[in-house]
Amino acid sequence: METATLTPIVQRGLRARERGGPFVPGEGRTVIEMADLSVYYGDFRAVRDISLKVEEHLITAFIGPSGCGKTTVLRCLNRMNDLIEIARVEGRVSYHGVDLYGKGIDPVEVRRRIGMVFQKPNPFPKSIYDNVSFGPKIAGIEGDMDEIVELSLRKAALWDEVKDRLKESGMSLSGGQQQRLCIARCIAVQPDVILMDEPCSALDPIATARIEDLMQELKNDYSIVIVTHNMQQAARVSDMTAFFTAEVAESGDRRTGVLVEYDTTEKIFTNPSEEGTENYVTGRFG
Amino acid sequence: MTQAVLPPQIPIAEALKGDPSRRRRENFIRRLFLGAAAVSVLISAAIVLSLVGRAVTFITNVDLGALWTSGWFPRRGLFDIKTIVVGTLIVSLIAMVVAIPLGLGCAVYLSEYARPRVRRLLKPILEILAGIPSVVLGFFAITFISPQIVQRFFSGSSLFNMMAAGIGVGVLVTPLIASISEDAMRAVPASLREAAYGVGARKRTTTVKVVFPAAISGIVASIIVGVSRAIGETMVVAIAAGATGGSIFQLDPSQPGQTMTAAMTSLAIGSDQVKGGEFTFESLFFVGFLLFAITLALNIMSERFVRRVREKY
Ligand SMILES: Nc1ncnc2c1ncn2[C@@H]1O[C@H](COP(=O)(O)OP(=O)(O)O)[C@@H](O)[C@H]1O
Ligand SMILES: [Mg+2]
Repeated sequence: METATLTPIVQRGLRARERGGPFVPGEGRTVIEMADLSVYYGDFRAVRDISLKVEEHLITAFIGPSGCGKTTVLRCLNRMNDLIEIARVEGRVSYHGVDLYGKGIDPVEVRRRIGMVFQKPNPFPKSIYDNVSFGPKIAGIEGDMDEIVELSLRKAALWDEVKDRLKESGMSLSGGQQQRLCIARCIAVQPDVILMDEPCSALDPIATARIEDLMQELKNDYSIVIVTHNMQQAARVSDMTAFFTAEVAESGDRRTGVLVEYDTTEKIFTNPSEEGTENYVTGRFG
Repeated sequence: MTQAVLPPQIPIAEALKGDPSRRRRENFIRRLFLGAAAVSVLISAAIVLSLVGRAVTFITNVDLGALWTSGWFPRRGLFDIKTIVVGTLIVSLIAMVVAIPLGLGCAVYLSEYARPRVRRLLKPILEILAGIPSVVLGFFAITFISPQIVQRFFSGSSLFNMMAAGIGVGVLVTPLIASISEDAMRAVPASLREAAYGVGARKRTTTVKVVFPAAISGIVASIIVGVSRAIGETMVVAIAAGATGGSIFQLDPSQPGQTMTAAMTSLAIGSDQVKGGEFTFESLFFVGFLLFAITLALNIMSERFVRRVREKY
């Protein structure tokens, strides 16, 4: 078959099928599902009524203007919001059908399966090796640690650059390398889902391109949710896109984030159903 | 319309040199601060010099046999250095056994566990505690720690004993350690904690494996400051360790003992002038110099240690 004539998304679907797919948007298994999710910081409702399904082995992008609650929603998916004293979650977030906020769920176990890469690279002030081995060590993962470290660094496309300096501090790397180190650290605990909060916002275009390539590699093994304020990035890397915006709340002057539209990236960027989405992706606001 | 509002044309080479009076002012300020820094260096040098002269007089003239006897009785010419050095070590050790776990425990609680409101309440209390005059703690040691704690658990304890003094000094040093190491731990960026939680670390793992190593230089500094303070602490020991005038060499902390500092004060306040045998007065300076040398060595050692284990963020 002449694959070159097919749209990229279909090509990708075909490739996925060869691997044992079906990793086509709308056909895969649901990994994470949010239902009527609202998050409050104290009395302030930061986002409300978010419902969407994250599918397996896809890259799902959250886009939208700054302050619309993308980070807030993302941090609900691995209970990172538990660390914020005043944050409160309403609604349901389920992971393979299990309510993440249900009784008896240990957030630590959640975070071992749903890892996170942060906006600003945050390697530990430890050696490159210790950065990667940190997670598996505390999780008590059995096996050859050298092997785990090497494999994780390889998967994060960093091995060749650091293999001779594993004892050096992770802080001695460049910004882009640091972020890949953070990805390696995340991968090392063998998570199922990787959450990335604007992972390239502190990086130059070349480092950004490397991370984007890396994400394409990673989605063979992981499901990825990425927050980005960069629409080109969402269009380039993601399979599914959720567009959020902030609307003026009924009371008060603070703005509450809502999900406007969630669909395949292709649809969101070429033929969105909502006018608000279209205005945003074409660069027209209001 | 006129162009009179324009500033006078100055040649560019002149303009770039800037305003000379401003530069002079800047220079003056710089010298002012340099002066302040220099004064503190000069004072340190003066302290050492004032000690060294008589310390040397002491050590070169005293009968060396007098430095290794059965006790510290300077007015009788018995200058058993080991009595007061070991006394100092015992009291400081007891103080640190009390202060390190308590202080670090406090610091961990305040920095990692306490809610913001609790911390806002507790931190100032800690700082007030750090400011309690040591005389007050000396009385606390002799009226409470000794009878209620030491004598209760160690029958046969003397009312004046090194353990009460050590615990008292420990209480004195605890807020110091707590406060400095809390600052160091709080200065560790929240992003590092998040990184740890993000790979599934628990709070205690995060504290022990991430926050602690990142804050190690501050924590070690706090302990060194604490040890130096404990070694140098005078009043609590003078009141509670119970060796005015002199002390027999002995290692039992439930009995009276003498530290270097207490030895110096008891000599200096024994009468309106230090009397006694030959070189009694000079022995003061020798002990002072020894104290100075010990704290200096401690500081240098800790500096080395910190440089080796530090995780720089
Ligand atoms: N820790 C917090 N405490 C209080 N308000 C917060 C906190 N974090 C975020 N917010 C508020 O929640 C809203 C959404 O923020 P965020 O999720 O960071 O948006 P985005 O990532 O889309 O820029 C903003 O109004 C922000 O001020
Ligand atoms: Mg954000």
